[in-house]
Amino acid sequence: MKRRLLLLLLPVGFLGLALFFYHGLSLDPSQRDSALMAREFPAFEATTLRDEAQQVDQSLLKGEVTLVNVWGEWCPACKQEMPQLLELADHDIRMIGVNYRDTREKGLEFLSEFGDPFETNIFDPEGALGFDLGVYGAPETFLVDADGVIRYHHKGYVSPEDVRERILPEVEKWR
Amino acid sequence: MALMRIIAALMLLVMASGAVGAGIELREFDDPVMEQRYRDLTSSMRCPLCENQAIDDSDAPISADMRERVYQLLQDGQSDIEIVNHMVQRFGEYILYNPRLESRTYLLWGLPIALVLLGALVVVLMIRARRHASAKALSVEERRRIEALINRKGSS
Repeated sequence: MKRRLLLLLLPVGFLGLALFFYHGLSLDPSQRDSALMAREFPAFEATTLRDEAQQVDQSLLKGEVTLVNVWGEWCPACKQEMPQLLELADHDIRMIGVNYRDTREKGLEFLSEFGDPFETNIFDPEGALGFDLGVYGAPETFLVDADGVIRYHHKGYVSPEDVRERILPEVEKWR
Repeated sequence: MALMRIIAALMLLVMASGAVGAGIELREFDDPVMEQRYRDLTSSMRCPLCENQAIDDSDAPISADMRERVYQLLQDGQSDIEIVNHMVQRFGEYILYNPRLESRTYLLWGLPIALVLLGALVVVLMIRARRHASAKALSVEERRRIEALINRKGSS
């Protein structure tokens, strides 16, 4: 009887492991949390896209809940998500852009063509700020609370559903 | 004709290898130890974008940035651990092919050991149970029953 039980342990253990690994296989590795979640927005020093002489740093992100959108003229999904970003700006959400791995000329062209929901655009031609944000492809969107702490991260294209179901509720939560 | 084919195949092979190597820059090191550290570091980090390529093997722009950063930090005299921490802080544990031992990864590292120990325990228990059963002496009751059975067979 005891040996029976002992032998039963093997298939049960096997089944448990199989289920565990099956669950692991069904996870999407591209949907992982940013390493910067709940950490301060990284320190940086840069100029703005519109004005070479204007210096900005991490204090730009303090005082108000802000959405930071990392974009580039070369990025097709950034063009597609622009209507959604304009909608977010219409909800009186403060938007800051990070012009990532781009040139001033092309960046400004992009804004005049697709719209400009941003209060300011941080000019990041070498991707230095992007690197510190752990950005590995545009677009990416970060929600920063009034203390300058990153509270939410959206990787990739922001769809109209994402605006309604994820981003607006998160903004409300941290306001 | 066959020779032509072989030559064409060889040319294709050469062209293909050139194309594969095109994205990865060559770096000069004065110090062979540092060169080895660079190789070890860049081959042990996963490209965050391409999922199953190390950054030393990937054409993605982010991999080039990460290689560049590893190189810079090496030149700055940082240790391997500092460089790995620098990357994990930005891109997460995900980029490590060898996850670090910490509370979140105890299960990952411990499960194989636990399973081997469990298997050994089951085997030992089974062997012991078997040996026990064969070595066990018959009780008086059992001996009497056996004798009764033998005698019955003999008499019939």
